[in-house]
Amino acid sequence: MEFALHKLPLVVLLIPMFSFLVLSFFGKKLPRGGDWFGTTLLFINLGFSVFILYSLTQLGKYELNVEWFNLGENKILGLQTFYAGFQIDALTGVMLVVVNAISAFVHLFSVKYMENDTKYTRYFAFLGLFTFSMLGLILGNSIVLMYVFWELVGVSSYLLIGFWYEKPAPQEAAKKAFIVNRVGDAGFLLGILIIFLTIGSFTFNGIFEGVEAGKLSGGMLTAAGILLFCGAVGKSAQFPLHVWLPDAMEGPTPVSALIHAATMVAAGVYLVARVFVMLSADALTVITYIGVITAFISATIAITQNDIKKVLAYSTISQLGYMIMAIGVGAYSFGFFHLVTHAFFKACLFLTAGSVIYGMHHVQDIREMGGLRKKMPITFYTFLMATLAISGVPLTSGFLSKDSILAATLAFGSINGGFNYIVPILAFLIAGMTAFYMFRLLILTFLGEPKNKEKYDHCHESPKQMTIPLMILAALSFFGVFSFNPFDASGGWFLKLVKMPEHLLAGTSGLFYHILPLEEYMEHIHHAHMTAMVLSLVISGLGILTAFTFYYWKKVDVEKLTESIKPLYNFSLNKWYFDELYDIIAIKSTMGLSRMSAWFDGKVVDGAVNGAASVTRSFSKFNGLFDNIVVDGLVNLTGGMVGAFGLIFRKFQTGKIQTYIAFLVFGILVMYFIFRVL
Amino acid sequence: MIEFKLLGIGILTWMVFLPVIGMIAVLFVPKSAEKSIKYIAVGFTSLLLVLAAVMLSVYDPAKAGINSVAGFQFVEKMTWIDVPAFLWDGRLKVEYFMGVDGISFPMVLLTALISLIGAIASFSVKRNEKGYYVMYLFLVTGMMGVFVSLDLFLFFVFWEIMLLPMYFLIGIWGGERREYAAIKFFLYTLFGSAFLLLVMIGLFFSSKDPETGLHTFNMITLMDPKTFAPDSLFGILNQTWRLLAFAGLFVGFAIKVPAFPFHTWLPDAHVEAPTAISVILAGVLLKMGTYGLLRISYSIFPDGARYFMYPIAIIACINIIYGALCAMAQKDFKKLIAYSSISHMGYVLLGMASNTTIGINGAILQMFNHGTITAILFLSVGVIYDRAHTRGLYDFGGLANKMPKYFSVLIIAMFASIGLPGLSAFISETFIFLGAFQNQFIRVVAIISVLGIILNAAYILWTIQRIFFGNLPEKWNDLKDINARELISTVPLIIIVIFLGIFPSYMLNLMTASVNQLVNFIWGIN
Amino acid sequence: MEIGLNHYLVLSAILFGLGLFAMITRRNAILVLMGIELILNAANINLVAFSHFGGMGVDGQVLTIFVMILAVAEAAVALGIVLNLYNNFATVDVDEANTMKD
Repeated sequence: MEFALHKLPLVVLLIPMFSFLVLSFFGKKLPRGGDWFGTTLLFINLGFSVFILYSLTQLGKYELNVEWFNLGENKILGLQTFYAGFQIDALTGVMLVVVNAISAFVHLFSVKYMENDTKYTRYFAFLGLFTFSMLGLILGNSIVLMYVFWELVGVSSYLLIGFWYEKPAPQEAAKKAFIVNRVGDAGFLLGILIIFLTIGSFTFNGIFEGVEAGKLSGGMLTAAGILLFCGAVGKSAQFPLHVWLPDAMEGPTPVSALIHAATMVAAGVYLVARVFVMLSADALTVITYIGVITAFISATIAITQNDIKKVLAYSTISQLGYMIMAIGVGAYSFGFFHLVTHAFFKACLFLTAGSVIYGMHHVQDIREMGGLRKKMPITFYTFLMATLAISGVPLTSGFLSKDSILAATLAFGSINGGFNYIVPILAFLIAGMTAFYMFRLLILTFLGEPKNKEKYDHCHESPKQMTIPLMILAALSFFGVFSFNPFDASGGWFLKLVKMPEHLLAGTSGLFYHILPLEEYMEHIHHAHMTAMVLSLVISGLGILTAFTFYYWKKVDVEKLTESIKPLYNFSLNKWYFDELYDIIAIKSTMGLSRMSAWFDGKVVDGAVNGAASVTRSFSKFNGLFDNIVVDGLVNLTGGMVGAFGLIFRKFQTGKIQTYIAFLVFGILVMYFIFRVL
Repeated sequence: MIEFKLLGIGILTWMVFLPVIGMIAVLFVPKSAEKSIKYIAVGFTSLLLVLAAVMLSVYDPAKAGINSVAGFQFVEKMTWIDVPAFLWDGRLKVEYFMGVDGISFPMVLLTALISLIGAIASFSVKRNEKGYYVMYLFLVTGMMGVFVSLDLFLFFVFWEIMLLPMYFLIGIWGGERREYAAIKFFLYTLFGSAFLLLVMIGLFFSSKDPETGLHTFNMITLMDPKTFAPDSLFGILNQTWRLLAFAGLFVGFAIKVPAFPFHTWLPDAHVEAPTAISVILAGVLLKMGTYGLLRISYSIFPDGARYFMYPIAIIACINIIYGALCAMAQKDFKKLIAYSSISHMGYVLLGMASNTTIGINGAILQMFNHGTITAILFLSVGVIYDRAHTRGLYDFGGLANKMPKYFSVLIIAMFASIGLPGLSAFISETFIFLGAFQNQFIRVVAIISVLGIILNAAYILWTIQRIFFGNLPEKWNDLKDINARELISTVPLIIIVIFLGIFPSYMLNLMTASVNQLVNFIWGIN
Repeated sequence: MEIGLNHYLVLSAILFGLGLFAMITRRNAILVLMGIELILNAANINLVAFSHFGGMGVDGQVLTIFVMILAVAEAAVALGIVLNLYNNFATVDVDEANTMKD
């Protein structure tokens, strides 16, 4: 029994792959293009993963390793063997459930949402491939295996974002997502290289042992940490590589829910959490600040966006920044907690957005919506639940996780002091902004008067296949799912399962950062908890209130306000001009460089070759002339001279025998005289 | 020493000369019987693959080879030329000396595989099939011979033999500028051969077989430092000459690789060559350069390999980045793939420059993987060109819906080419980077080269976008999807690419012993 | 005055000179042949004279008889040639028969 149980994760991993293979080869032959086939498999998988999570609480964590390949016996290094395998611990157990759950709901939702698409089967096949890659990423017990699936996740997201590749925007978005991710991955790869160079092992356990033994330390450790984080920056859309995520909204909406809210983007956070214990103080500083900057920038952008999915996209980036920041400040469990709660409520938000788009017949602009509450009640209430959660209103899961993160940032400020207080300040500010823009979205979409009467009249509530996942996800945003105490999650099953680990470098300090031993650190957080809770309640309440004042009660003229801060408004509306900036510094310059290289290759390098050839040719022409005139001339001259002599001598050849005799006699006489003289 | 004979003739001789028998058979078939000519060629190349499979089943991966005759397998050794020399003391002795080890065996497998694929892909040749297949089979002999020769002279003979059919295959059956391309290819390679010949002769005269006391062309003997008297041309005392010889050999082989700045023959040759010949060219011929470097330069002049680590790494880096940048600017699909080959062969050089076990393993693996992946890419270009008679990237669009099977085949190959994990090139590229990272200086080069994988992704994705995405232009409305014959030539390669991506050990195990031996030899560890 | 070797030699030289002269200047083939006969006879005189004065017995005389027989044979062959010449060229003038020149 136990043996079989240990193999179960492999089954969980391979089921989506099986779904992908069956659907891509035989999908057309299955009823309804095989949508229920894929969906059922995913629900079975969800069952398995819940079972694994449960068994984890009973059996504890375990690992399975097999030899992947070896490099033979080396005289210095010995036998170099590389292992592949998977591990089951709290992180993976939870992530398995989250990924499978959201993937299964998205499958279910898509059955209706994608119904009339020509590439229906292919869509479900790609969903299977994506789920497979994501599960592999979670399960892999070595950093290389993680990288492998990391890239596969990139590819499957490429396929899904560019699913409607007939249109130009999805093509561009898919390409952009992949290439931007590649930039991060390049850093990730370099980080792996450093780790291999110094530690010589790829498994997480091996790496941690190596760090503990001091094989990798100091600047190299910081460099490795930051480079690994680069991968997370790409995948989790952190500043400065966040630009791909909003564009990725060009994919089908359920895909956005699956990939760009809950799973793929969470991979970066998962990576940082996975390697958290080996990150040096300086690396953690970088991570904290990147996280907080990302969260702030995207929150400011989200405020002004008018596309329902764009608002959600920027809010996703902002929340991801939050998680990264949380892990950066050392609140490993809280960051991961937020990842999980966010996965559910953000998936819910995206799917409700999908439901709205479906009901409104592919309208995404919130300025065209309004008053949808009456037409789509289920969608509205689920959206409300998720919005409350993301805004951090009590009794929601979002409140629990957000509150703990805020407490951790306060603790961060108090431990490190000085300008580090900017982190909690910004974190609270962002919490308020989040509440504000989420309620702005809610009010403009569902409340008030309908702005586009015609669309409104044709609008209808979505079918069951779509509303059921919404309701389940909304229910999962309730505090009770994670903890029975609505104000403190630390007693709940989740934080008991995912415990704060003891940092390997506890007690060391970086430039602006101290890594405290676990107990001391928890002490700080505990102190900050009450303050954080009160502050966060006040601030998110303020944010919600402002949103209502602006957009519902309309006490303030929003038009006038934006007019008065036009430059700021434009700056935010145009996403801080990041795309334009990158267009110049990355795309234009690379293309220019590429054209220059091609020109150089054609004209200079090949020109040199052709030049050498033509020089040789002209030399050979000259050589030919020389040959004709001088060398051959000499030969001809010899011949000519012989001929000329012949002309003279032939005169003697009269053909008369008597002449010959006469010459003979004359010759004898001459010889006679010559010999006489001699 | 494994001896393996068929009908009393060693298996390597069969491998090398089977195509010649096929060639003779083709010569006897009347010109009009195109079908039988094709089937004969395919039959003989598949026989070659069967023999390679037989070799694979008998091959002992524990034997190292490199500098010990005992470590070679399937060895055949006979005297070929033996005449008394009249200008110097002793005899001019050339041996018919063949054998494989972990470095050459993957290449032998690759050659057998790609030859068969190429023969199938050649079905689209439409004029003078008889001449074509005669040349083609002759080419296969040349290639196979290069990879199994252990005598410098024999190596050189095969090296040159392969040139001639290639010249005709490009020059007669090529595209519009075929003559220019063929001559460029021929002269360029011949230029490289001149260096090779010089060094070869130098080696011959400065060597003295410790056993017989004669000059020798035997590579294994030449690897033994005792072969050279200290004051001979390539003796220990003449370090400069040894380094010069390494540099000369490098130029000779770099042209084949092709390494910057000797690469410009490649795009021209590829663009003009018929599909199957492009496949052979990229799949096998380029590997001869890197194989030659490992087999001859690195093994005979290990001091040179150590001395020139950095320059080779820099050239590799230029290849990677520069090739990728050039590829990005191309408008011709085939030319783009040609430049991407330059970029990918840069990885091979980088791995070799590192002089580490993992780097050189990666390099050899990359040679094999690049052979299979680029073969698929060129075959795919051929598919589209046969149908549309154009290769312009901007002429297409929206083919994903029109040709779904073709889309699947090409997209896998393209993702393999950008080093997607789960597909074979990922393993080799990662190995190469891991190897390159071991050295202080090459580490910097590797960091720069990592940029290459980003550029790589950029131009490949852009290509996918231009060919497959968007709307289908009206004129391609009656384009047909990939047919059975084309699938037969591509799908086995795809299976190999995926298989080796997941289970690299099946290929790695063949070569690790030899690579470890080679690395030890280079660094003088015994 | 006693007749010595010199006298014979002078006679022979005169005879040789006449013969040579006839051979070079005559155009008629018969006359050229006669010049050759004179040269042969000059040689014969020399042979006999050297034999007599040199104390060599009859060696010279024997050789002379050989030469005379040779001369007969030669005359026979030569006359045949002359006849052929006449048949081909309708003349016995040797100047006309200069086809060797071309």
